[in-house]
Amino acid sequence: MTQLNPMIEVTNLDKFYGTFHALKNIDLTVRQGEKVVICGPSGSGKSTLIRCFNGLEWHNSGRLVIDGIEVYEGAKEIRELRQEVGMVFQQFNLFPHLTVLENLMIGPMKVRKISKAQAEETARNYLDRVHIPEQADKYPAQLSGGQQQRVAIARSLCMETRIMLFDEPTSALDPEMINEVLDVMVELADTGMTMVVVTHEMGFARKVADTMVFMEAGQIVEISPPEQFFTNPSSERCRLFLNQILEH
Amino acid sequence: MTDLGISRGTGQPLPKPPYYKRFFGSSLVSVVIYAVIVGLIAYGSYSGAQGMGYNWQWYRVPQFLYRNTEIGFEWGEIPIGLVATINLSVISFLLATAIGLLVALLRLSGLVVGTSVAVAFLELIRNIPLLVLLYLFYYVLGPIFGFNRYTASILTLAVFHSALISEILRAGINAVPTGQWEAAKSIGMTPYQTYKYIVLPQSVRFMLPPMTGEVVHLIKSSAIVSVIAVAELTTFGRNIISDTYMSFEIWFTIALVYLVVTLILSIGVSYLEKKYAVDQ
Repeated sequence: MTQLNPMIEVTNLDKFYGTFHALKNIDLTVRQGEKVVICGPSGSGKSTLIRCFNGLEWHNSGRLVIDGIEVYEGAKEIRELRQEVGMVFQQFNLFPHLTVLENLMIGPMKVRKISKAQAEETARNYLDRVHIPEQADKYPAQLSGGQQQRVAIARSLCMETRIMLFDEPTSALDPEMINEVLDVMVELADTGMTMVVVTHEMGFARKVADTMVFMEAGQIVEISPPEQFFTNPSSERCRLFLNQILEH
Repeated sequence: MTDLGISRGTGQPLPKPPYYKRFFGSSLVSVVIYAVIVGLIAYGSYSGAQGMGYNWQWYRVPQFLYRNTEIGFEWGEIPIGLVATINLSVISFLLATAIGLLVALLRLSGLVVGTSVAVAFLELIRNIPLLVLLYLFYYVLGPIFGFNRYTASILTLAVFHSALISEILRAGINAVPTGQWEAAKSIGMTPYQTYKYIVLPQSVRFMLPPMTGEVVHLIKSSAIVSVIAVAELTTFGRNIISDTYMSFEIWFTIALVYLVVTLILSIGVSYLEKKYAVDQ
């Protein structure tokens, strides 16, 4: 991994909400093609961190460089950057007034200014990739949660993203739908996509992650490869957390 | 219907509601009570008018709706006035929506200047009576900027209703979940694109019912421009009365015309709403 270009470089990053110190002195490097899984108790800053990666939140100090572009509030390149960095949300956030196909086409057509025919071809291609080509003309509300999340993944991919961020993509799903979404994410990982995933699905993490990150109270407590992370974590707090979520 | 009368589990019929509830709940009784109330009001006003010696001349009203002259069919003053009212209302409404959208976006812009300008505008307009606003536009701003009574009316109605419309638009825009903004942002949309393709199309659903109310309100308040003699339904009504002295018949007719127009509008929009709701 080390020989590949860094895609995300975080140095000394701090983030405040008023007086609340949400992210403390974060250092993290994600290389091209690397799969990073971030876990930790709720309120530990996992979501805030990845939301900084595409400018949904702004950090207050430190440096954040994504694919060679320096990210800061008011950066002109932020919109170009967002096109390269896809985001999948816990609540899917599909556009309810558009059909599945239109959800996939609107970004490429309006933002990337691609022709309608070409956008539709790309959209259908990615719908095949997430295994729901037959749902193209339905509205999001007519789909199950798992299907909606797969559409959301396809929507990001249609922008020809180079980095994919997942913010607890399976937390809002019924248990029987979690696997269909994780399967799509595993397939995506196999294509060599750079992925940063906030999740508590440790089975997925074991299968896919190159690097595990454990966060608590706005700090990164542990960064290690999964084999070490799951068997012999260096911090006591991380061991406790793993025991809690792996017991069931 | 059949299983509704049987309580679950025992198979025994449910006890019937009390007698008076069944009596007042039945549709026939409701219709009768309604007819009686309306009849009493109608009779009351009619006998009151008789008492003051009013000479009813309903037969003279149709000529103000339409006439068959030797030249052929021609519309009377009331339909012509109605068209003028609708014209005035449509133009004012479009202008009011444009101003309202601008004010709403200013208010939502998050800029201190934008918000304070919007709030100042809203407070100013909301706290001036419509009639005074009309006088301001016609007697003060009209001579200064050189616009006529028709323009003054349109501006008055547009400005007055833009304050209310901007609040409806703001509420509708705020009703769209923040996740939609974030999703649009995350695929690289500009704020303008987000409004145009994502937020506004979704807020229409939330805005439609209060906006209909606002159109109805605007059509009704457009009658006020008759005080500066702009040609529209109410003005025509006043003119007819000054010619014929049939104030009861003409005011009843004018009121009925407003009622019919606004009812058609409300029913039409509630049909649209249902159709729109199915799509979601």
